[in-house]
Amino acid sequence: MENVEDEEWIQMNKTEWRGLGLTDPIKSVEDKWLLLPAFLKVKGLVKQHIDSFNYFVDVDIKNILKANNKVTSDVDPRFWLKYTDIHVGFPDRTDADAIDKSVTPHECRLRDTTYGAPILVTIQYTRGKSVVRRANVNIGRLPIMLRSNKCVLTGRSEAQLARMSECPLDPGGYFVVKGTEKVILVQEQLSKNRIIVETDPAKGVVQASCTSSTHGGLKSKTYVATKKGKIYLRHNSIHEDVPIAIALKALGIQSDKEILLLTAGNSEAYKDAFAPNLEDAARLGIFTRHQALEWIGSRVKVNRRMMGPRRPAWEEALEALATIVLAHVPVVGMDLRPKAIFVATMTRRVLMAVDDEKMVDDRDYVGNKRLELAGQLLALLFEDLFKTFNSNLKSSIDKVLKKPSRTNEFDAWNTMQFQGDHITAGFVRAISTGNWSLKRFRMERAGVTHVLSRLSFISALGMMTRISSQFEKTRKVSGPRALQPSQWGMLCPSDTPEGEACGLVKNLALMTHITTDVDEEPIIKIAFMLGVEDIRQSTGTEIYGPNTFVVNVNGTINGLTRFPARFVHNFRRLRRAGRVSEFVSVYINHHHRTVNIASDGGRICRPMIIVEYGRPMVTSEHIQLLKQKSLEFDDFLRQGLVEYLDVNEENDSYIALYERDIVPTTTHLEIEPFTILGAVAGLIPYPHHNQSPRNTYQCAMGKQAIGAIGYNQFDRIDTLLYLSVYPQQPMVKTKTIELIGYDKLPAGQNATVAVMSYSGYDIEDALILNRASLDRGYGRCQVLRKNATLIRKYPNGTFDRLADAPMDENGQIQKKYDIIQMDGLAGVGERVDPGDVYINKQSPTNANDNAFTGQAASVPYKNAPMTYKSPVAGHIDKVMISDTENDQTLIKVLIRQTRRPELGDKFSSRHGQKGVCGLIVNQEDMPFNDQGIVPDTIMNPHGFPSRMTVGKMIELLAGKAGVLAGKLQYGTAFGGSKVEDMSRILIENGFSYAGKDMLTSGITGEPMEAYVYFGPIYYQVREPLPSLNCREFNHTPSFIRVQKLKHMVMDKMHARARGPRATLTRQPTEGRSREGGLRLGEMERDCLIGYGATQLLLERLMISSDKFEVNACQECGLLGYNGWCPFCKSSKKMAQLTIPYAAKLLFQELMAMNVVPRLILDDA
Amino acid sequence: MASASTSTGFDPRKHVGVRAERATNVSSTDFPGYYPDEDHSWSLEQFKEKLQVKVQRLSGRSIEFDLVGVDASIANAVRRILIAEVPSIAVEYVYVWNNTTVMADEVFAQRLGMVPLNVDPTLMEMKEAVTDQPTDRNTIVFKLAVTCERNKSAPKDSTDDSVRFVNSEVRAGHLTWVPQGEQGVVFAGKEPAPTNPNIVLMKMRPGQEVDMEMHAIKGVGKDHAKFSPVATASYRLLPLVLLNHKKPVPPELAHKFQKCFSPGVIRVDPVTNEVSVDEHNLRNETMSREALRHPEFEGCVELARMRDHFIFHVESEGPYAPERLPLESIKVMREKIATLKRAAEGLLVADSGDGDVQMADA
Repeated sequence: MENVEDEEWIQMNKTEWRGLGLTDPIKSVEDKWLLLPAFLKVKGLVKQHIDSFNYFVDVDIKNILKANNKVTSDVDPRFWLKYTDIHVGFPDRTDADAIDKSVTPHECRLRDTTYGAPILVTIQYTRGKSVVRRANVNIGRLPIMLRSNKCVLTGRSEAQLARMSECPLDPGGYFVVKGTEKVILVQEQLSKNRIIVETDPAKGVVQASCTSSTHGGLKSKTYVATKKGKIYLRHNSIHEDVPIAIALKALGIQSDKEILLLTAGNSEAYKDAFAPNLEDAARLGIFTRHQALEWIGSRVKVNRRMMGPRRPAWEEALEALATIVLAHVPVVGMDLRPKAIFVATMTRRVLMAVDDEKMVDDRDYVGNKRLELAGQLLALLFEDLFKTFNSNLKSSIDKVLKKPSRTNEFDAWNTMQFQGDHITAGFVRAISTGNWSLKRFRMERAGVTHVLSRLSFISALGMMTRISSQFEKTRKVSGPRALQPSQWGMLCPSDTPEGEACGLVKNLALMTHITTDVDEEPIIKIAFMLGVEDIRQSTGTEIYGPNTFVVNVNGTINGLTRFPARFVHNFRRLRRAGRVSEFVSVYINHHHRTVNIASDGGRICRPMIIVEYGRPMVTSEHIQLLKQKSLEFDDFLRQGLVEYLDVNEENDSYIALYERDIVPTTTHLEIEPFTILGAVAGLIPYPHHNQSPRNTYQCAMGKQAIGAIGYNQFDRIDTLLYLSVYPQQPMVKTKTIELIGYDKLPAGQNATVAVMSYSGYDIEDALILNRASLDRGYGRCQVLRKNATLIRKYPNGTFDRLADAPMDENGQIQKKYDIIQMDGLAGVGERVDPGDVYINKQSPTNANDNAFTGQAASVPYKNAPMTYKSPVAGHIDKVMISDTENDQTLIKVLIRQTRRPELGDKFSSRHGQKGVCGLIVNQEDMPFNDQGIVPDTIMNPHGFPSRMTVGKMIELLAGKAGVLAGKLQYGTAFGGSKVEDMSRILIENGFSYAGKDMLTSGITGEPMEAYVYFGPIYYQVREPLPSLNCREFNHTPSFIRVQKLKHMVMDKMHARARGPRATLTRQPTEGRSREGGLRLGEMERDCLIGYGATQLLLERLMISSDKFEVNACQECGLLGYNGWCPFCKSSKKMAQLTIPYAAKLLFQELMAMNVVPRLILDDA
Repeated sequence: MASASTSTGFDPRKHVGVRAERATNVSSTDFPGYYPDEDHSWSLEQFKEKLQVKVQRLSGRSIEFDLVGVDASIANAVRRILIAEVPSIAVEYVYVWNNTTVMADEVFAQRLGMVPLNVDPTLMEMKEAVTDQPTDRNTIVFKLAVTCERNKSAPKDSTDDSVRFVNSEVRAGHLTWVPQGEQGVVFAGKEPAPTNPNIVLMKMRPGQEVDMEMHAIKGVGKDHAKFSPVATASYRLLPLVLLNHKKPVPPELAHKFQKCFSPGVIRVDPVTNEVSVDEHNLRNETMSREALRHPEFEGCVELARMRDHFIFHVESEGPYAPERLPLESIKVMREKIATLKRAAEGLLVADSGDGDVQMADA
């Protein structure tokens, strides 16, 4: 009898298997995941930001110009100025005397300048009687997004990037403003111009709302809501809720029959529900359109800015209905019928929702969300700034034109040159503060931009894919925070912070794209060509006919079709053929009986393989061509093999996860399952074996890991930079790791781990480290800190200066100046001890004296040195001298500390398992296996049962197998190296299949009774404590170790008996830095109450804190002074008592608010 | 278990049992009082009789020897001393005159410290205190002055950095010894240098240079791993494969059984398919416990290890020849014992005194 396993082996080694030879073509599409690197090659990791910025710079900025292209004068009616064209140039240097104008982003980072490009316009204007045209007029500077098509880095080779001190793996997508890297985070919003039906079960209200947004950013929200069983239209510009029948009548649907048809259609249930509304209008005596308009007109909020005669009410109503209510529905020649149908549709949706609760929309559905990106925000900002610029220009032109006699002919171009840097400053201010306050568009947003976190490569990358929600964090609702099924493939299910922002801050999945606006005119035309009937020709009978489907384009009702499936199919064919932009989505909503076409920006979409006739369109041949680089991702799109689906269309498709799942009805095939995770979650090996929260924890921790930041990390001067000395790529990789370049910029080291208990210093996730490993460089990292100062020139002509080290009376240089060289700066490579001066700056004593007119050279100077404050010595890594945009000399000194792991340093694996170092053990005390291998780290096995991080165990197994086989293993999500194969490798190399080794105790020398799970796990270092070591470098061990501990304690130690008090409350101050008291908090107070220790309570809470003597009147209960009650005008019944000063303050504050606190006194 | 033991020859007194999920009988029991009515008191004669040391393999870099007949504590002491207490010489102080490379001074200094040097520690004295002045007896000075330049004679199209540049790598061989005092005489014939001149310490590019002075001192591995004279020193117990004669391995599974062990450990008779253990190759068994995993071999075999048979493996990474290392460790051990002995004797003497004993720093 042959063994089962051997039989399998023989089966697999046969030349024919399941009727197929080895050379036969493989039927399934192997390696279709290669489409993912192809996608990332074209789009990059942060394509959403860059695409959005490119769209703004190339398209949107021109639209904005077109909408605001004329400047006229109130003074001279013959004068005009027209903008005919606008474009953004390439980044250049603003220094006036520069010969080489080219600039790199890295120079801007170092010099604290802004990486921006001029905005150039072409203008035409009248000069006297002639019309003058001027091209390339600079109106301001726009900060340029790195790697956008205006950036000098785009399309450069690795060598060229290296010459510009730029890292080829840096994703770009951020701005460099005043030397700091700023990201405009993706903002999540509810989609505009779509009807959303909501209910409030508490109030029993059903409402359909629609936020209208037209180009120009004007937003208004219109509601159709039930109130006491009837339906009303509500809008901000109308004081009172308008009964829906009146609204429809005002919109030109006069007959009740037509209203009923348009809203309730032929369904009896809806008719009954709607009928009271018709009665309502009749009761109010409104039958005609004119009456309805009058009714509304008397309730419209009117802007009284227009001079001139007062208009009749119906005219006001008509204008409001045409322009303000549902502004996004186009009104051509006062034809309000499309708007009426829109309102009727909203009404019908309300009726449907009242009838059937399932028809209520889900606000959290990703298809109802739009993502706002840098481009859109910048467009709004630019429009606002440009409008202000134009109005400023107009007023200064008016000012000139107002002058009766001018010596020379007026040239508007000259005026334009003196407009200042309003646009430039506006951009810089907005991006550097993150405050988008645009009064014109009623926009007031703070915290739009963030400083790009450069703690690690992953943290920077993770920031670029982050999405922040507009939802306020304090509200305790679960809906918006919950994982939505529609997030599948679009937003990472793991990567979200813990705590208050949990579920509100999301991250994009690996293969997502965010659309930009596509012009809808041609799409509407195509829809009509494909047989859509115009909505204006239809009545309720047709609209709600049994076979008709309404066709919406971007939420606006456009027409009807009787053959929705055929229409959608034809439309998709046009899209796959490239006749329509690939980002236009079309889908059928069977519940609403609509066909929706969307071309608006901000939709999340992702590519998928098209499946036709049960076969994927992408075949092995295509992949072969892709491997040979003769096909690119865009070719797949163009050939109709792959297409983008947005969330709504995805919901209308039948998508197979694997090829084997394809059935005849399947329409699409996933490219690769692991793309549902984001870039950060993609680092986790075997995440599908882990408990889900562990993956979420890892996503937060992976960003804090110390490693390599970029190829240019040694050229950077950041405020704080953590670098690993010996970063290693993980033994167990994932495909995502290779795609994002984490193997080239890793953050961690492969540590040999023994999962066992040791010494008791490993409880609560603490780790044991091997001292010899630390000696050899494990976990060692560098901390680089920037120290910058300006050598300023003052308005009064004086200036700062640098001085060499002063001598004391013996002609010796003081210890603290010993590293200062002739130029007044510390030498590169010198050790900086605490208290040392590294920039010996001196300032004039009269710098702020603007009356000073003397010789700048003769002023007295005072010392203003930069002193090293850290308790741990460092080394001067770099000194940079440059000047800023406004000609001040800038000096940056980078100080480096090298730290080796110590007790208390945090380490974490890639499975959300962090731990601190609890003990450092000598190598000879560590257990060892038969090969003499000693672990770098010992991890307590209690970390496993409750955490259920099986992925970590498999990582160890795969890592061990990888070490033995001499190659890297994969732990890609939903795939990766199989445990069975890993065990086989272990067995072949003479190890136990389970990964458990027989260890010998290093202390007793006897074998251990238990076999120990033993192998490499990728460990990351986080937050090293500051230390004073690096003994290899001119130092002695024991001395340093003692000093270091001393410093650690000195940093934290604090006690006080008596000390400063806060002015307001007279209570002791808070915090060590203010020599504060130690608070007896509420819980401690509760304890004392429990004990009944009243005297102690009194002492702690009042006598030792803010006791205060007051005089109170027993008559009126108010406070007096000096035994006198000012209220009773008597001193008879005054009593003296001791209360906390804070209580006295409270009484007085209450009195200031017209509340009388009266003390009722009693003898104790 | 008892029945299995008798039929396989497992002896809990001599063997460590290696079961599927755990090891048994890991501690020795041959001490007085463990077994009633048996005398296990230590005697030199018996010890001499039992003790065996046999070198199995010796190469320029490593040694494998068997230490038989001692307790685990003795074997472990040898191992621990090899790692932590046999002295060697390593760079401890680095004085940087110039370093324009990308590597930080501290990092490079750490790397320099890790370079094994060929200096015989017996020729040097330990620098006892931090404040000790460096002398020619306790300090060896090295210089490192390397500048990277473009290789003008390199072919234009070459992409190999070692061809394009001169000194594109700083190697251990770049360290040059600077004799101090009488060192020229003491180290005559064997100049202090790194044991391996090809260790890459750093990579450089044209325009970069390093200029440093290093002081190497004598130290022990417990202070810093760089002073450890061994790459590793460890032992394992001699593996035993105990076949159950009452339940032989089924002949049709003989080859599968053979595969469960390291190559050469199990012989299969070509005719009868009968399995037997090759005693000579037994030491190559890695104890993967694979045979215990398969239910069909249940009861056929037991795995064990000899508790007093230590197979040492020591890799030298310093000045010592591998065969010298065990002796050095014994030497250190004897010194330690002598210290202990002195202290113990001091206790006897000090009985009359105030009770405080001055102990040497062990």
